[in-house]
Amino acid sequence: MIVPLGFLHSIVGAFDFILHQREAATGGGVLVGGPAAVWDLTRAQLEVSALALSGAIVLALPTALVLGHYGRGELFAVGVGNAGRSVPEIVVIFLLAALIGIGLGNVSFALMLLGIPPILANTFVAVRQVDRGVVEAAEGMGMRASQVIMRVELPLAAPTIMAGIRTSAINIIATATIASLVGYSTLGDLITGRNVFGDDGVVAGAIVVALLAVFAELLLAGVQALVTPRGLKLQRAASRA
Amino acid sequence: MTSARPRRLFAIAAVAALALGIAACGSSSSSSSSTSGSTTTAGSGSLIQSNPANGKVTLTVGSKNFTEEFVLGEIYAQALQAAGYNVKKQLNLGSETIALKALKDGDISGYPEYTSTALGTFFGVPAQKIPSDATQASDMAKADLEKQGLTSFAPTPFADSNAVGTLTSTAKKLGLKTISDLKGKSQNMTLAGSPECRARIDCLAGLEKNYGLTFKKFTPVDIGLRYTVLDKGDADLSILFTSDAQLSQGNKYTILQDDKGLIPAGNLIFITSQKVAKQAGPDFQATIEKVQQNLTLPVIQELNARVDIDKETPAAAATQYLKSSGFIK
Repeated sequence: MIVPLGFLHSIVGAFDFILHQREAATGGGVLVGGPAAVWDLTRAQLEVSALALSGAIVLALPTALVLGHYGRGELFAVGVGNAGRSVPEIVVIFLLAALIGIGLGNVSFALMLLGIPPILANTFVAVRQVDRGVVEAAEGMGMRASQVIMRVELPLAAPTIMAGIRTSAINIIATATIASLVGYSTLGDLITGRNVFGDDGVVAGAIVVALLAVFAELLLAGVQALVTPRGLKLQRAASRA
Repeated sequence: MTSARPRRLFAIAAVAALALGIAACGSSSSSSSSTSGSTTTAGSGSLIQSNPANGKVTLTVGSKNFTEEFVLGEIYAQALQAAGYNVKKQLNLGSETIALKALKDGDISGYPEYTSTALGTFFGVPAQKIPSDATQASDMAKADLEKQGLTSFAPTPFADSNAVGTLTSTAKKLGLKTISDLKGKSQNMTLAGSPECRARIDCLAGLEKNYGLTFKKFTPVDIGLRYTVLDKGDADLSILFTSDAQLSQGNKYTILQDDKGLIPAGNLIFITSQKVAKQAGPDFQATIEKVQQNLTLPVIQELNARVDIDKETPAAAATQYLKSSGFIK
């Protein structure tokens, strides 16, 4: 009974922190919390995440589409995917902090590196799995390689590519909290600042990050449904029936 | 990395000088050392005597998870062992919240804590009400601890406080000696500190409110990067700790004097429970207060440097300190 009650209590405290300003636990009449302050940190978290995700898409998507089309570099695309996932992000960020300094640029770059592997691996595999008959038919009709990629492979691979982008987005949003440790204030300020913000602030930060990840997931799932070609949907419906 | 060797040499030289100084102290006061197997006579530099009666008491020394705490934990653990106690270590306990819980649960017998942290975090004393005098702060913390069945021993000679630091070259160029000297200059300067510094009355919020300063920008960083940001030029000012190893190495960094007494004292007190203190007998408190006597600011900086810069283990640095102080053979 005690644990669930305590849990509820901290959720209530967290929402109070988000909704109302209060004096910092360290005193001195310094006000913390409240919608404006929490929104500022949330916006910063979204900005750095959006920058990183765009960078990851711009770099990984074309690369993997071309590699997938020609069937080259499987070891690279899938290998980077697997290796990339095993390197702790905190290591990347602190290494970059030591090498190129701190701030928005560094954090976006490090988070972009985190975002690349799922997009690269998913896109490569998705393109390879496009029905070879369809690709050959397109080539037989006289399509150039770029046309095959853009008009045939990309649309047919879209659902799997989007799944990679969703994974990437969630990783980036959740990890952007550590930007607070290398020169760019995000919701990580709240999560690392228990002395000042109290338990309520820490839980508030965690709740907002979790909500952001859920919203991103829903939004991108919507995009995924939109970009899935009607033919594929019909095919799937048929195979399910 | 290129300067590692000279720094190491400097460190060794400094420690050698230190050991000589302490040895000299020790010989002058060693006559006060007690005759029986007790350590209750706390003479600086006198050998800790093993008391067989302590053999049936097991003490678990705890510490938080950074260099200074590891070193202190090791010093206390090795000294208590020398006094005849059966000693276990539980170093690396994370934050003060975890360490305090471990103490209350009886998982550890005690650990070193900063007076400012004990008062501020455990007892919610606002930063500007924490005394800057070490003894006053220690007494205040002890009184609060005793209400919870805990207690604490005398504070260490050194204080590890937050401080506003900058590159010595910057301080010279702008003529900075005190924090007040930043007036009229800080609006063109970037300050780096831990994320929570922004809203702390003894950090950015207080620099703005009490000193009336404004900064071009506040850059939140992990405390591990507090020197990197100065070295890389990412910040002009950075929140440093007065006992940092880097401050004992040459003259690269300058601490700006806190002329308005904004930042509270950070001497360490060994916190334990009244129950453990009673069970362990008088040698417990006596040994701890005895071995910390020589821990002045230059000494703790040197010990931190051995671990952070010369990559010695905290245990080795602690042993070296205890031996060169004449507490153990």
